[in-house]
Amino acid sequence: MKLLLKNREMLLVVAIVALVALIALRFPPFVTPGNLANVYNDTSILIILALGQMAVILTRCIDLSMAANLALSGMVAAMINAAMPGLPIPLVILIAMALGALLGSINGLLVWKLDIPPIVVTLGTLTIYRGLIFLLSGGAWINAHQMSDAFKALPRAAVLGFPLLSWLSLVIIGIMVVVMRRTPLGRAFFAVGGNPHAAVYTGIDVGRTRFFAYCLSGTLAGLSGYLWVSRYAVAYVDIAAGFELDIIAACVIGGISIAGGIGSVGGALLGALFLGVIKNALPVINISPFAQMAISGMVIIIAVAVNARAEKRKGRVILRKAEAVHG
Amino acid sequence: MAETQMVARHIPDRLEGRGARLVKSWETLLVAVALAIFLVNSFASPYFLDPWNLSDATFNFTEKAMIAFAMALVIISGEIDLSVASIIALTSTAMGYAVQLGFDTPALVMVGLATGLLCGAFNGLLVTGLGLPSIVVTIGTMSLFRGLSFVILGDKAFTGYPASFSWFGQGYVWWVFSFEFCLFVALAIIYGIVLHKTNFGRAVYAIGNNQTAALFSGVRVGRVKFVLFLLTGLMAAIASICLTARLGSTRPSIALGWELEVVTMVVLGGVNILGGSGTIPGVVLAALIMGMVTFGFGLLNVPGIVMSIFIGLLLISVIALPILYRRFRSH
Repeated sequence: MKLLLKNREMLLVVAIVALVALIALRFPPFVTPGNLANVYNDTSILIILALGQMAVILTRCIDLSMAANLALSGMVAAMINAAMPGLPIPLVILIAMALGALLGSINGLLVWKLDIPPIVVTLGTLTIYRGLIFLLSGGAWINAHQMSDAFKALPRAAVLGFPLLSWLSLVIIGIMVVVMRRTPLGRAFFAVGGNPHAAVYTGIDVGRTRFFAYCLSGTLAGLSGYLWVSRYAVAYVDIAAGFELDIIAACVIGGISIAGGIGSVGGALLGALFLGVIKNALPVINISPFAQMAISGMVIIIAVAVNARAEKRKGRVILRKAEAVHG
Repeated sequence: MAETQMVARHIPDRLEGRGARLVKSWETLLVAVALAIFLVNSFASPYFLDPWNLSDATFNFTEKAMIAFAMALVIISGEIDLSVASIIALTSTAMGYAVQLGFDTPALVMVGLATGLLCGAFNGLLVTGLGLPSIVVTIGTMSLFRGLSFVILGDKAFTGYPASFSWFGQGYVWWVFSFEFCLFVALAIIYGIVLHKTNFGRAVYAIGNNQTAALFSGVRVGRVKFVLFLLTGLMAAIASICLTARLGSTRPSIALGWELEVVTMVVLGGVNILGGSGTIPGVVLAALIMGMVTFGFGLLNVPGIVMSIFIGLLLISVIALPILYRRFRSH
């Protein structure tokens, strides 16, 4: 099974390399290391969000409110910075993450304590969080000149030649790998999604595990809120509107099963990178940016069809083994 | 989305009487909520009770409600279709394209319906033919359909629909009753009969409650689901014709975000998002409630986004309250 999982990720790596090679045929400068680093940096926020969504999807839930959470946390971070430019930036980031975690925990509590289906909960909180941004800001924009220089500079600060944003996403990938593979919580995510009944009998609290998954996705959305607002140097009601679907698309392309229990950090990373490469490549190879939406739609459908086939094959292998044992 | 239910189902010794069931039903709760909102609105604004104002208010929900009927059936069968708003966009774009080619009104309607049916068939094939989860498929086609619309239109818009076409969105059948409202009522009756009085309707419930059992009872699960996606595409096309005729123009961003409002309407109407239960009268009531809330807030100059907060809270609380009530009673 491990081999199969590796295969699926290898398939995605091959697809990304082929895609990059295809782009390079039409526009060679795309594959210079500097540009590839830019593409990675541009995809960093999507990667961070996809990792949070992965944890939620693994537990058989879904978080449609991530983009709204991002926008609300980002707006609050920007407003705090505009009101108190002297406040140290790490503190602002912590506030954004705490707010994100709080918003995520509301989702989690509704799913855990009230047993409301996750899609309904996050559909509701998606509109509520978006609306709260309007109530908070009165519909006004926070523009670049209202933000302090330190606030805007942090994601761009170069460390060893790469922007801090890229490093941050790498650190989070590292943390997530450790959490998913080396901690009881990470294993519980898989157990809850793989078979909730079995998880209960092994002493895992299904609801609580889901709650923690939502807290995790909320925290990462809060962090991304600061990163988004400081990177694009503007905050308004509609930032990242519709981005929740890109996040889910990255997970689906990365082979994370929407039925729960199957997926990996590497998959989410590659899925996000695949979308990032497409998004950055279209303008340079003279395809209208308007085509991006249709292409990512096609990619999602193809990816889910390929993944479904891979999952079916796995089922058959197990059956054959069982037959061999009995025969 | 399979959910885990750890609690054993309580099976009563005998069923409650018809009256008791009616009083405790979801629809009764919705009627009460609708009446309350109607009363509050009538007192809050002197303009609310004007027949023409109320008639204008129906445009808030008729198009969404048409889709909600088909969506209710899809959700009862345990699937979901998030691509409906994108089908509206693609259908509207196809009709706009046909206008440029000089098509007349009947031909435009045919183009619209055919596009919607094709989109629905595409969803249906992916879900039933390839056995893919509908939530992911329709997230994909949601991007694809609207994406195609963006490819064709870019940042431009189609206008110049014939005057006879605009009747579908702006015409009145009799006095204050618009064509859209009459269509909404007719479709509500048709869907009510289909879901509650036909074999097809029973099959939809059977599939939603236990797909495997339905299959072994001789229900053609794949075919029923395919028809449901086809119907959703068709209803999105009809809604698109009304909306395009009402606005008189097509942009790729038309009906953006409607899928969430339609799902909200269906869930608010008492349809179980996990499948297996729900009624058309419930959906009709939910449509009326959402329409009245939007209209009443509009009269009071409340911004649209604040209304969406209210709708979000309404969605969560109408589902949470019965759960809390049941928990409170069982202790």
